[in-house]
Amino acid sequence: MAKIVELITENVGKVRPDSLEDYLNASGYEALKKAFKMTPEEIIEEVKKSNLRGRGGAGYPTGSKWEQLHEIDETPKYIVCNADEGEPGTFKDKIIMDKDPFKLVEAMTIAGYTFGSNHGYIYIRGEYPLSKKTMQKAVDLAKEAGYLGDNILGTDYSFDIHIRTGAGAYVCGENSAQLNSLEGKVGRPRIKPPHLAEVGLFKKPTLVNNVESFAAIPYIVLNGGEKYASFGTKESGGTKLVCLSGNVVNRGVYEVPFGTTIREIIYDLGGGMPEGRKFKFAQIGGSSGPCFGEDKLDTPLCYKETGKNGLIVGSGALLVVDDSNCAVDFAKCISEFFVHESCGKCTMCREGNRQLLRILTRFTEGKGCKEDFALIEQLSNVLPISSFCGLGETATRAVSTCIELFRDEFEEHIEGKCRAGICSFSEGGK
Amino acid sequence: MKLVNLKIDDVDISVPAGTSILDAAKQAGIKIPTLCYHPDLPVKASCRLCLVDTGRKKLETACSTPVKEGMKVITNSKKVRDARRTALKLLLANHPQDCLTCVRNGSCELQALAAELNITDISFYNMVEKLPIDDSNLAIVRDQSKCIKCGRCIEVCQEVQCVGVINSSFRSGEYKMTTAFDKALAETDCVYCGQCSAVCPVGAIYEKDDTAKVWKALEDPDMHVVVQTAPAVRVSIGEEFGLEPGSIVTGQMVAALRKLGFDKVFDTDFTADLTILEEGSELLERLKNGGAIPLITSCSPGWINFLERFYPELIPHVSTCKSPQQMFGALAKTYYPQKAGLSPDKVFVVSIMPCTAKKYECARPEMNSSGYQDVDVVLTTRELGRMLKQAGVNFENLEPEEFDDPLGISTGAAVIFGATGGVMEAALRTVYEIVTGTVLEDVDFKDVRGIKGIKEAEVELDGQKVKVAVANGLGNAKILLDKIKNGECDYQFIEIMCCPGGCIGGGGQPYGTTNEIKEKRIKAIYDADKGMELRKSHENPAVKILYEEFLGEPLSEKSHELLHTHYVSKKK
Repeated sequence: MAKIVELITENVGKVRPDSLEDYLNASGYEALKKAFKMTPEEIIEEVKKSNLRGRGGAGYPTGSKWEQLHEIDETPKYIVCNADEGEPGTFKDKIIMDKDPFKLVEAMTIAGYTFGSNHGYIYIRGEYPLSKKTMQKAVDLAKEAGYLGDNILGTDYSFDIHIRTGAGAYVCGENSAQLNSLEGKVGRPRIKPPHLAEVGLFKKPTLVNNVESFAAIPYIVLNGGEKYASFGTKESGGTKLVCLSGNVVNRGVYEVPFGTTIREIIYDLGGGMPEGRKFKFAQIGGSSGPCFGEDKLDTPLCYKETGKNGLIVGSGALLVVDDSNCAVDFAKCISEFFVHESCGKCTMCREGNRQLLRILTRFTEGKGCKEDFALIEQLSNVLPISSFCGLGETATRAVSTCIELFRDEFEEHIEGKCRAGICSFSEGGK
Repeated sequence: MKLVNLKIDDVDISVPAGTSILDAAKQAGIKIPTLCYHPDLPVKASCRLCLVDTGRKKLETACSTPVKEGMKVITNSKKVRDARRTALKLLLANHPQDCLTCVRNGSCELQALAAELNITDISFYNMVEKLPIDDSNLAIVRDQSKCIKCGRCIEVCQEVQCVGVINSSFRSGEYKMTTAFDKALAETDCVYCGQCSAVCPVGAIYEKDDTAKVWKALEDPDMHVVVQTAPAVRVSIGEEFGLEPGSIVTGQMVAALRKLGFDKVFDTDFTADLTILEEGSELLERLKNGGAIPLITSCSPGWINFLERFYPELIPHVSTCKSPQQMFGALAKTYYPQKAGLSPDKVFVVSIMPCTAKKYECARPEMNSSGYQDVDVVLTTRELGRMLKQAGVNFENLEPEEFDDPLGISTGAAVIFGATGGVMEAALRTVYEIVTGTVLEDVDFKDVRGIKGIKEAEVELDGQKVKVAVANGLGNAKILLDKIKNGECDYQFIEIMCCPGGCIGGGGQPYGTTNEIKEKRIKAIYDADKGMELRKSHENPAVKILYEEFLGEPLSEKSHELLHTHYVSKKK
């Protein structure tokens, strides 16, 4: 039976988000006080020991990221919190911002202190107006009470947090595009190298971490990296917020220790499919993640095992699809998303995704042909290794895995048949 | 300098740290296809044509990836070829397949790549959308259906020229290089420099083709058709026929123009010399009797457009002299017909210019001091190339011929108008002699030469120190103009050329222009100057006669009527 833990969600539902007092009563800011007694090296050491990896989706070891930035001498440095949370089916960062905003403020302040930075930015997706309001309120209250702003807690350390919002572009979740957007430029990804640790916001060394990654920092500082790591598996430290959605009974956000199997999440926590429906497939990590069938349900959620099985941890989105859905239609919807969100800058993503959508649309209209499989294969082979940024790299993953699982359904569509009855071939098909 | 060792295919090579894989491969003699890349512009890495395998999971773009110690780069494998061909096919699937009737047929970089990568079918679905063509102005045409979104036009317009008319908008399939709110160029602050057309790899931005008008005039037995050629054309038109950049082909060009049927082949250099006398006198007049100083040159119509649109408050600083092309036009329909016994309304004036802004300039309403439109048609170097090819002129084998008298006589000082710093140097040669009354032995003012963006020099004129500056490219001009505006400028005389490198780098010059090629054209310009018997404008005998017979003296009433103009604010 899967168990839920509360490391970073400990305060969710227990404190009022607009009450600094509640937060302080729940041991808030103890971590910052402790951090002030530590050296930056000591803090980074604990983050390394925690085995925390980037929770935005890329899974880059947070300790290494911190260490790299620490080694750069140039100042000023900036702390950026990526709260764009654009990956479809992902709504975990929102929980932290809406229910426990002071934790994020405290975590960023610890990061700021670690790097001697005086300014932090939270880039919140435009579709989260409530989160923006809540975070701004928390920042204001923390400032009033001396937990943020000049001479925090009577020390000579000053740190301010600025709230910024996006305008609805998925690609601004990509860190370098986000920094462009923060600078007031068009949110398109940058050429790397140089890496953001060297040339980041306003061309200065910058730390960009996801909300959930930051939210783990107070626990790690307060209880030690080893303690945090002990909740997970050997190489995947701590817990993960999982966003369960789709055809399950109990949708929502769950904090689970790494190592929990996907089956446990879907059935023990999610309560399985609605009555009378059968599991068809699931998609993990958001729209950029792969689809998989029954045979992979016992994969433990951790970076190592998902990797071995062609899955990802990604943002923690887990979308369950039951047998009332059509695999071809599903693939087309995913493709529509990427066509809508491609920034258009690079050939592969701009032109490749629209070709893919054209092909999938033909399938759903009964106009597909055998040759289309070769084109999809070509795009699925080339886009992941040759697109400018992560968007194009991952855009074909859902489609190609869908075809692997349900090639028979795609072939049926060529004949004008949709077993789920979703695709209407009203235009007559062939 | 730290060297980095790497292996590209089977070639071991050491290059300085920071070199891109693309440049390293070039040094190793290995060609990697490119499309959005341009050697003089920032790297974009957006077309994905230069992908190479560096042993990582992802392929990397050679243009944007710096070399690393011990790197092993594979430029030719199935994986690499498949990726490059996929990128190209994706572009082609969204590109009109009308190569045979495209203005860039034969000079298109996309077409060349399709051949190079052996594309025999596109396989992907046709995504071409026919978009309206913007031919709202007299100089530049935009055909967005053909745009491959390489972004070069944005970079020259934004970064190099600082005009900022073209930028990207929208995303995904709708991503496009366009003006604010998709306005027609005529409704924007476009200065018509044409640098976008010069860097566009395909037929998406090009000069308005006026060759038909010229053919028509040449066919008309009632018309006396004269042509003038700008200084910079004689060192670039050869490239249209495969000659080495920097070939001086003045004589062949004159012969070729006669073959086309022009009644007289004249030289803008004649009025370049005249410009020096008028502008030099204007400078001395202002230095002596007061007037806005620094005085800024006015030969470059792209610069004049920039002035009127962005810096109208500096109009008093700019010389009232018309550009040499317009001085020529005014004389070709007054002095010349009078001398030749022709009716001015039967004289048709064609200009061959390295420039697209000249097309706009010749149609300015004030450019009619002869009573007619002074210059009837402006063709770019590229358009002349097309006419000569169409006429089957065997350019490279022509016997050199001389310009016609009298508007074909010129000095070395006029030739160097074609390169950045040339007008300044020509002016200094003349002003020095006028002011000091002594012969200038060393006529080479080398401080103002070369492709550097802003150059400065100090010249002593009869005990008085004159400080001058030269800017080429509007981005560099902007730096000087802001200084003048802020009163931080102690120059007396400034030359501004709109295009980087001066007219040899004009927007109407042969395709494929790079800084390397510009340097060669510049060298040719100064070689041509050196080869001239006369190298000072005031020594031009035909100009002397012009003053004697017709104008009187520099800045005379007649000069003002025909050779000078005024500017008006066009700030929006």
